[in-house]
Amino acid sequence: MHELAIAESVLEIVERTARASGGERVAAVWLEIGALSHVQPEALRFCFDAVTRGSLADHARLEIVTTPGTAWCMPCSETVPLGSLGEACPRCGSYQLAVSQGEEMRVKEIEIT
Amino acid sequence: MCTTCGCNDANALIEGKAPASRAADDSASHEHWHQHADGTWHSHVHGGGSAHRAGAGYVPRALAAAHAPGTAASRIVQIEEDILAKNGAIAAYNRGYFADHGIFALNLVSSPGSGKTTLLEKTISAWGRRTPIAVIEGDQQTSRDADRVRAAGADAVQINTGKGCHLDAQMVCHALTQLAPADDSLLLIENVGNLVCPSAFDLGEAHKVVILSVTEGEDKPLKYPDMFHAAGLLVINKIDLLPYVEFSVETASSYARRVRPGLEVLALSAQTGAGFEQWLAWLERGVRTARARREADVDQLRRRIAELETTLAQRGVAAPPG
Repeated sequence: MHELAIAESVLEIVERTARASGGERVAAVWLEIGALSHVQPEALRFCFDAVTRGSLADHARLEIVTTPGTAWCMPCSETVPLGSLGEACPRCGSYQLAVSQGEEMRVKEIEIT
Repeated sequence: MCTTCGCNDANALIEGKAPASRAADDSASHEHWHQHADGTWHSHVHGGGSAHRAGAGYVPRALAAAHAPGTAASRIVQIEEDILAKNGAIAAYNRGYFADHGIFALNLVSSPGSGKTTLLEKTISAWGRRTPIAVIEGDQQTSRDADRVRAAGADAVQINTGKGCHLDAQMVCHALTQLAPADDSLLLIENVGNLVCPSAFDLGEAHKVVILSVTEGEDKPLKYPDMFHAAGLLVINKIDLLPYVEFSVETASSYARRVRPGLEVLALSAQTGAGFEQWLAWLERGVRTARARREADVDQLRRRIAELETTLAQRGVAAPPG
């Protein structure tokens, strides 16, 4: 599953940052995963545990902050909440929506020792 | 691991070989990615010249510790980096390569069995000599699809991902060094059959073309929204089977437009050729646009050279020969 490739990318970012900051071990990793992004958090946790074994981030705590989805509704001319792709505007029922937030997948910060 | 530069290209094989062994075998150029001390990504082409291309727009920001949360021994380091930034940088490189060469590149995605490879075979034979046409094939195993496509008359390179479920930009970058598509050509990338994972991975293509066959059910756009949301075109295939299945092209299109407003939809049969003219016309428009953009870029460079030569002449400096 693609969460494995994503977990590997997280590890690469985290290891690189930890080394550049003089850290020996990564104790915790904070990710920001949008509600409309390509990732299922539970699958990512599973893959993260697998890929970090034996690395600087072995047994690191993974904290996932979920950001809500929003979209610009063209008929309403305003930003509305969007729970998932394929939903209609909760105000007017239109599908003429442009996603404005919720697709992010970001490494926010790490705790190193 | 690459013996030339130490990069790790995981387990993907291109034409049956890992990228490292290809670089050792021959003097063909080998692409790999380095991250410099300032955080920017660059690719280096070995053997085939000294081309040095930057991954556009990607600079990771690793900021110094903001505060110490608890024990004095640990500290927080802020990162704020997009998880797929590296793939994005390589995809941007690929996109720049396509633009420089006037190549119209498409990423064909679908479930397994939708008819992608048959569509490719029929497209290659119908395309004829309009422009050169090349294919990058992606599958977990075998070279069966690349063999079929070569038999139809196109140059092809097969990527085997092993256990991987999608192509990524680095695999395509490696494949391009071997394929070396002609200028102003059509490049079709057939992704691994999978309606979920490839949606997250930009390859540098002009569009993702989602292929949905009528035997798969009209509700798939709602059940697999990520892929249809990322699509630049929806091709509904196997319309010759419409009399035998419960599928409405109208309904499937309207579902797809819920997750991707304004999505263009073409309905055709790769088997019978019904609806193929619109597909070829869509491809032709894309190829023309890519060529026109390359020609405009070249014109702009020539004008700039002429301006600079005029400036030199005004300063009494002779223009360089040639």
